[in-house]
Amino acid sequence: MAKSVPSGRPNHLLRNLNSKIASIPMILIAVVIFLGGTLWTVVYSFTNSRLLPRFNFVGLDQYERLWASSRWMISIQNLAVYGILSLIFSLVIGFVLAALMDQKIRFENTFRTIFLYPFALSFIVTGLVWQWVLNPEFGIQGIVRSLGWESFAFDPLYNPDIVIYGILIAALWQGTGLVMCLMLAGLRGIDEDIWKAARVDGIPMWRTYIFVVIPMMRPVFITTLVLIASGIVKVYDLVVAQTSGGPGNASEVPAKYVYDYMFQAQNLGQGFAASTMMLLTIAIIIIPWAYLEFGGRKRG
Amino acid sequence: MNIRAMTAILAATVVLPLGAAHATDLEVTHWWTSGGEAAAVAELAKAFDATGNKWVDGAIAGAGSTARPIMISRITGGDPMGATQFNHGRQAEELVQAGLMRDLTAVAEKGKWREVIKPVSLLDSCTIDGKIYCAPVNIHSWQWLWLSNEAFQKAGVPVPTNWNEFVAAAPALQKAGLQALALGGQPWQANGLFDTLVLAIGGKELYERVYKDKDEEAAAGPEMAKIFAAADQARQLAKGSNVQDWNQATNLVLTGKAGGQIMGDWAQGEFQIAGKKAGTDYTCLPGLGLNQVLATGGDAFYFPLLDDEEKSKAQDILAETIVNPKTQVAFNLKKGSVPIRGDVDLAAANDCMKKGIEIISKGNVVTSTDQLVSADTQKQKEDLMSEFFASTSITPEQAQERFAEIIGSAD
Repeated sequence: MAKSVPSGRPNHLLRNLNSKIASIPMILIAVVIFLGGTLWTVVYSFTNSRLLPRFNFVGLDQYERLWASSRWMISIQNLAVYGILSLIFSLVIGFVLAALMDQKIRFENTFRTIFLYPFALSFIVTGLVWQWVLNPEFGIQGIVRSLGWESFAFDPLYNPDIVIYGILIAALWQGTGLVMCLMLAGLRGIDEDIWKAARVDGIPMWRTYIFVVIPMMRPVFITTLVLIASGIVKVYDLVVAQTSGGPGNASEVPAKYVYDYMFQAQNLGQGFAASTMMLLTIAIIIIPWAYLEFGGRKRG
Repeated sequence: MNIRAMTAILAATVVLPLGAAHATDLEVTHWWTSGGEAAAVAELAKAFDATGNKWVDGAIAGAGSTARPIMISRITGGDPMGATQFNHGRQAEELVQAGLMRDLTAVAEKGKWREVIKPVSLLDSCTIDGKIYCAPVNIHSWQWLWLSNEAFQKAGVPVPTNWNEFVAAAPALQKAGLQALALGGQPWQANGLFDTLVLAIGGKELYERVYKDKDEEAAAGPEMAKIFAAADQARQLAKGSNVQDWNQATNLVLTGKAGGQIMGDWAQGEFQIAGKKAGTDYTCLPGLGLNQVLATGGDAFYFPLLDDEEKSKAQDILAETIVNPKTQVAFNLKKGSVPIRGDVDLAAANDCMKKGIEIISKGNVVTSTDQLVSADTQKQKEDLMSEFFASTSITPEQAQERFAEIIGSAD
């Protein structure tokens, strides 16, 4: 390469040397920890490692056991329900809140702070708070009953059929504030002239939002989507704090399966297999999307 | 200042830490955090401090299932503590095989552990390849039914003398607005309850065929179907006890809000610390009043291999202290468990403990499931049992089918 560079001009590799040196640690971390760790995990998921990693291949045994396990199936279903609903609801609620906030209302700052505040809490705290709110004896059910409605029943965390929705409520409470803020920033980025033009043409406000503004906010939506999606896949602490997977196995999620089998059951192989499946799921979603998003337009 | 003075000062700085090293700090991790447990651990700490060393308490809140991963990752991650609690059995097996644990054979021979520790199976599960790696500290057994006399009085029925009578009395309890059976939501509790039913209703033979021989046929057989029918009853009685931790469930019994709880003898410590009297305030039924056999498991201390010589010496002293008869009495009275040696005087023990000691000294014991099956199998059982106990959508037959599969692939 150096040969092709005419003498006198700085070497291509040496340009911006400072920034290149500064990014070496980041590159090393990405390659060694993320990529290396991922490969290592995938390789060892084909072994029968128990408490300590052992290089003893057993083929697909761990995966067969994983997919035969009812707890894993419950975890996957829960993640699907939680994922789809939390994606839809946080986008819809977040956007509606942002649109309302965008109507040049009074005390906008106050409202913004109130809505964003839950995001400052960790999932553990959120989980504990909602565990109390949804506790049938002390929370909503207890209060309504003490007001006179004796037969009122609202105990999602103790009902295996709907427990995942109890977790979803807490997640939405925590997460929609951030979505709202991102959306609001997007809305503020829309040129005032667009609104004026729409008004001149007599287009009703809701149509302007749906057919003009939202398509223009595509980058904001993509950012939000990535943030929400990564939050969905890694959901763990919220479940641990709210229900610890209970009642029974009804609110288990894949990340918790990985942890429990790696450390409580002392079966690394099984945990690695489960985490590889999580990676695979993400890859199946991300790769086609990334292909459509970035692959289609190679240099115009 | 001349050179000689300098050397003297330098020498002093070297000697000083050596002198101070007589009081070696040893961090001990354990998961004994409930009231009765903490009181018991304080006795251990006191005994160890009396040897001139210092017990640095590393209690990890939450049950063993929370604490063990932390302990194991500290040991495998190169930041070992001075000593750590595990349950008797196979939880630390691989750590020993990987050479991360200290060999205590010399201490054991000096203290004649093989002669004094009773039952000797406790020492056997500390022994790997002929070497001893842990110091047993107490004997626990799961097979106890704790009953609240107050609750039965409120319901207007006599206090049951066995599990069948308890099941029969349950409707009266429920009519009086009381919880029949208290059960915490953590998976290990449902699992322990089930194993207790296996031993108490099914008997020693069935228990050993299923857990020791891992006989899939027995696990799928009609004898076992009876156990699942009993578990089905138990889950209906336990419905509505919305608590997580075992001591919260014990507290329901303690305060007369629930009729009974199936829990290991560590529940005894909670009654003790609340000042309740066995026989008048509460009743205990070993083997659920049906089958007077106890599964002896318990806790043991393991000592990670350390480079620091002083600390290694302190580890030996701690191991000696734990097995020492005096410590054994002080610790176990508070903990509600049975001492690991038969030669100690337990006149101060209450009725429940005496019942337990009697059964054990008669030799009516089996090995606990923690020693018989691996942590992996235990976890699969926990998954099944917590699902079974939480939701009636899984029938006893389906549960038994899955149970047989787990036993079939158990190790």
